[in-house]
Amino acid sequence: MEVKDMIKEENLVYRRTPLMTDATLSYCPGCGHGTVHRLIMEVVEEMGIQQDTIGISPVGCAVLAYDFMDVDFSEAAHGRAPAVATGIKRLWPDKFVFTYQGDGDLAAIGTAETIHACNRGENICIFFINNGIYGMTGGQMAPTTLEGMKSSTTPYGRDAMKMGPPFKITELIAQLPGTHYVTRHAVHKAGLVRKAKKAIRKAFEIQQEKKGLAFIEFLSNCNSGWKMTPNDSNQWLEEHMYPFYPLGDIKVDGKLVKDVCKDLMQKSPVTT
Amino acid sequence: MKGNEAIAEAAILAGTDAYFGYPITPQSEVLEYLALQKPEERTGMVVLQAESELAAINMVYGAAGTGKRVMTSSSSPGISLMQEGISYIAGAELPCLIVNVVRGGPGLGTIQPSQADYFQATKGGGHGDYHLIVLAPASVQEMADFVDLAYELAFKYRNPAMILSDGLIGQMMEKVELPPQKPRTSEFDQSWVITGKRPDRERNIITSLNLDPELQYEHNLKLKEKYNRMSEDVMFESLHCDDAEFLLVAYGSSARICQKVVAVARGRGQRLGLLRPQTLFPFPTDELARLAGKVKGIMAVELSTGQMVEDVKLAVNGRVPVYHYGMPGGKVHSPDDVLEAVEENFIGG
Repeated sequence: MEVKDMIKEENLVYRRTPLMTDATLSYCPGCGHGTVHRLIMEVVEEMGIQQDTIGISPVGCAVLAYDFMDVDFSEAAHGRAPAVATGIKRLWPDKFVFTYQGDGDLAAIGTAETIHACNRGENICIFFINNGIYGMTGGQMAPTTLEGMKSSTTPYGRDAMKMGPPFKITELIAQLPGTHYVTRHAVHKAGLVRKAKKAIRKAFEIQQEKKGLAFIEFLSNCNSGWKMTPNDSNQWLEEHMYPFYPLGDIKVDGKLVKDVCKDLMQKSPVTT
Repeated sequence: MKGNEAIAEAAILAGTDAYFGYPITPQSEVLEYLALQKPEERTGMVVLQAESELAAINMVYGAAGTGKRVMTSSSSPGISLMQEGISYIAGAELPCLIVNVVRGGPGLGTIQPSQADYFQATKGGGHGDYHLIVLAPASVQEMADFVDLAYELAFKYRNPAMILSDGLIGQMMEKVELPPQKPRTSEFDQSWVITGKRPDRERNIITSLNLDPELQYEHNLKLKEKYNRMSEDVMFESLHCDDAEFLLVAYGSSARICQKVVAVARGRGQRLGLLRPQTLFPFPTDELARLAGKVKGIMAVELSTGQMVEDVKLAVNGRVPVYHYGMPGGKVHSPDDVLEAVEENFIGG
């Protein structure tokens, strides 16, 4: 049987998410960005909230997120997405507002905006992609870069004595009363993708019920920045990112479900 | 009422939908007055104290993208911090109002009044090729009047507008006649705002990013054409300009002092006039060029070491001598100081 003979409605196991535009993704093959984009749009579609959803794109690899997700979008300056989202949400409290940010954007240059939006309990969703590196600018050290991890600005590995240890902003903001739901996911395996989608759905529902801020960190590979094949990068992610950035819920229904203080004090494993 | 309070009250009356700000002397009364007035009860206006000027201007950027009337206010160092956001707002062509109650600089400077932010306000301020609409009130009445005007112009051109005041006008108390309450925005021009993609339109994107130089080139030319068009909204006040032999050019608090200077000089039989730009961008270039053909000399009088004088020189284009009298550093010149400069440059010169 020829391949084209198999393309039939009854054999369909995959379809293009209708809320993703026809634009070709600008992400490297194997990168997690496209998967998270798709999951967000699937949830928006399933909840039927496209006409009430406004996204905020960051500076970084996802700067062109608005080219791919078919909802109204505002591009933000580097790190300012939570402030931009605050401005929109305060004026349109019944709309769904989400930010989509990387680690440099959210946890370095935008730390103040992130922490204060979380502290005010802005009724928005923050989707945070942590790949431990600045991908767009060519693989420089990020606040989340692991100790010993090589980047173009830490060519001999991150030295915590000089650059500080990697920053677990997710455990930090979970302790603020304004955050209602804080969780960490990954999207490089089918099972993980399904779990991540459920979390995104929950985040939007929290916003619908006006319960406060929902924050999801997604661990992603950056095979280009890490200079690995996609497969190797996924394996590296599990071996090196998991121990320091463990997957799972951190705060549910406004209550901490983990000892975040202990997690924050955890010494970063040294990777080589 | 105080100039800063007049701005705040006028903001509520102009149907402002949201104010985002951060305290800084000498303009903290704007946020304080708004908080005291419970505008969320009066009109439903949102008032939020941000964690920084950086956050405040980005809240304005976000909110302005929804097509509503939004504003912020600050003073010089805070406005410097906002420049990133202002550049993005100009690039994304969003209407909003930014109030700068100027104090002396550079750096932390002084909290006393100054006009040293003229360059920053009229020449762009942040990075990139752009201009703000700049209004310069010279009284508490104009502080109130220019709020609605600034919104009208900002929406007409889809461009950020700035009210460039200073610590003197901000802190000064005068009688003021307030306009009636305007309703808040209820109709939105759906062609560009982000309120959620509706079935009757394509999705809207607020951005200043044009990775393709060809697109950025087109965008810059479009902005330039817009800035040129703004000259139709130039505003100025002329005092004894028609028969003037010598001309002063001053705006804001400096112009108030120059009004006195002109009155005294006229009493002495000297034919002195005053051109007071009410818009600094667009600048009254044509009017100055016209007057340059009639007077013997022109002097720019400002609370700085010389900023607006450059625009005066460009307009005059060498036809008559252009002088500058300036008092920087948060000190304010007296009418006598200016009269002395008038004697020195015009009468004795």
